[in-house]
Amino acid sequence: MTTFIELLLGGLSIGSVYALIALGFVVIFKATEVVNFAHASLLLAGGYVTAVLHDDIGFWPALGVGIAGAAVVGAGVEFFVMRRYRGSDHSVLAIVTIGVDIILVTELTRRMGTDVMALGDPWGDDVVTIGGVTLAETRIAAFLVAGLLITVFLLAFRFTSWGVSMRAAAENPQTAALMGIKLGRVSLSAWAVAGALAAVAALFLTVFPTPGLERATSLAALKAFPAAILGGLDSTTGALAGGLIVGVTESLATGYQSDLSFLGRGIGDLAPYLVMVIVLLVRPAGLFGTKELARV
Amino acid sequence: MATLEIRALSVGYGPVRALRDVSVDVPAGAITAVLGGNGAGKTTLLRAVSRTLGFHRGTGTGTIRFDGQALEGLGPAQVVAAGVVQVPEGRQVFARMTVADNLRAGALGARGGRKAVAAALTRVHELFPVLAQRAHQRAGLLSGGEQQMLAMGRALMAGPRLLLLDEPSLGLAPLMAQKIAETVQEINAAGTSVMLVEQNASIALRLATTAYVLDVGEVALEGPAGELAASDEVRRRYLGVVDETAAEDADRAGRAPRTLSRWSA
Ligand SMILES: Nc1ncnc2c1ncn2[C@@H]1O[C@H](COP(=O)(O)OP(=O)(O)OP(=O)(O)O)[C@@H](O)[C@H]1O
Ligand SMILES: [Mg+2]
Repeated sequence: MTTFIELLLGGLSIGSVYALIALGFVVIFKATEVVNFAHASLLLAGGYVTAVLHDDIGFWPALGVGIAGAAVVGAGVEFFVMRRYRGSDHSVLAIVTIGVDIILVTELTRRMGTDVMALGDPWGDDVVTIGGVTLAETRIAAFLVAGLLITVFLLAFRFTSWGVSMRAAAENPQTAALMGIKLGRVSLSAWAVAGALAAVAALFLTVFPTPGLERATSLAALKAFPAAILGGLDSTTGALAGGLIVGVTESLATGYQSDLSFLGRGIGDLAPYLVMVIVLLVRPAGLFGTKELARV
Repeated sequence: MATLEIRALSVGYGPVRALRDVSVDVPAGAITAVLGGNGAGKTTLLRAVSRTLGFHRGTGTGTIRFDGQALEGLGPAQVVAAGVVQVPEGRQVFARMTVADNLRAGALGARGGRKAVAAALTRVHELFPVLAQRAHQRAGLLSGGEQQMLAMGRALMAGPRLLLLDEPSLGLAPLMAQKIAETVQEINAAGTSVMLVEQNASIALRLATTAYVLDVGEVALEGPAGELAASDEVRRRYLGVVDETAAEDADRAGRAPRTLSRWSA
């Protein structure tokens, strides 16, 4: 039972981090109908900036610069690349993001080499034990921070003028333009917000028990794709649900790997995708989505 | 002295010619009607003014000036800031957003500050009390007539000096169409110029001072609304009055002149 609770809590924690990534992914899709395959590279960029700076300027400032940096990279991709393709087919736009991803990841991994970089977080490998259940402090911090950011984001999305313009542009870009909403600004802010959220996620994907930031981090970030897709690509609620489902599934499947050995090794990595496929068979638009993927 | 001056406007969507050499004046303070059947180019004319042809890969030539300011070359948001706001055909409310949020969205392009927006909201709620009652309901749940009110209220939130209305009576029961017509008059009386595009000629000609009739992308007739309403061609084609001699007259008219004044001379 203790094992189960530990796995469940660990899964919710990592799931909330996936939710952060998926949320940014969904925001870009809602605002611009672009499936952003460059999302993992934004995350890598944010993590890299934090990792490089934390020794010199301290962890918190470095994290701040990393978040801002990833937001700038996101905005830059929108402004210098995506904007040139405005009006193109959605599949063309998606392929453009793949190109962007390749360029960014190649450059970042060239700089990182084979290093595993620490981000200098204050939690280290400390653990907390409550009633026999042991949790790493990093997992608790991840859950709290992700929860807080998601709450702030959803409140802003619902109540601020920025949120109103995002939702209007997502629902009907032409009519939004008729209301004087600047679509260019909407999509720029979507990319910036997505980058910022991804940079925070980068931190929690690389802290204990993970060794640190490395090439493979972008692979971990890819788990947010099944999260976003199974939740429904155009649903913020879906991103949250999808993130948590993927996190918990992965955690349980990894934890009970030996009991599931008839499914073969590495079921923990595969489980999120299995869940996604099953969900999509039942609900092609995802749990909370309204647009079917076929539209992409 | 015209607020909106459209001169020699031609618009195409790729190989499709939608408007040819169209000139229209919308005088300040008045209601100007633009009539025409399906595909005549009415919506295209409004898109050219609101600078949203780009959404349809449409391109055009000609000049459009509002109070002396050239609108060509501006973006849609700048046109709104200049005081020209369009209510799109088919209402296009943001169905998944609440009524209140739809109105907030309408205010995003407004020039004035918070005070102006608050005043606009009060006025919209006066004009359409139902929008206050349904403030927290999703707009998609409103009836067609209520959605038309919301679309108009949303446009008024930006405090327009010129309101462009694209077939506001489309798909509405006569009573509701009548109510919308009265509201258009009320909005106009409060100082907003109106360019009213309609297929429903009887309503439009009753409201408007001047009217234009578009036919396959060209101005076929223009003149004071009263004269147009009395003209046989308009009666036959747009007011549903069937009359043998009028039909013959109209046939002849179709071949020869272009403006009502010349035609009736
Ligand atoms: N997005 C578009 N792409 C290509 N052609 C278009 C487009 N929109 C309109 N057209 C064409 O331009 C012409 C004028 O269309 P427009 O929509 O302006 O007419 P309308 O008078 O508003 O008609 P309705 O009363 O049916 O709304 C038509 O021939 C139409 O087929
Ligand atoms: Mg039309």
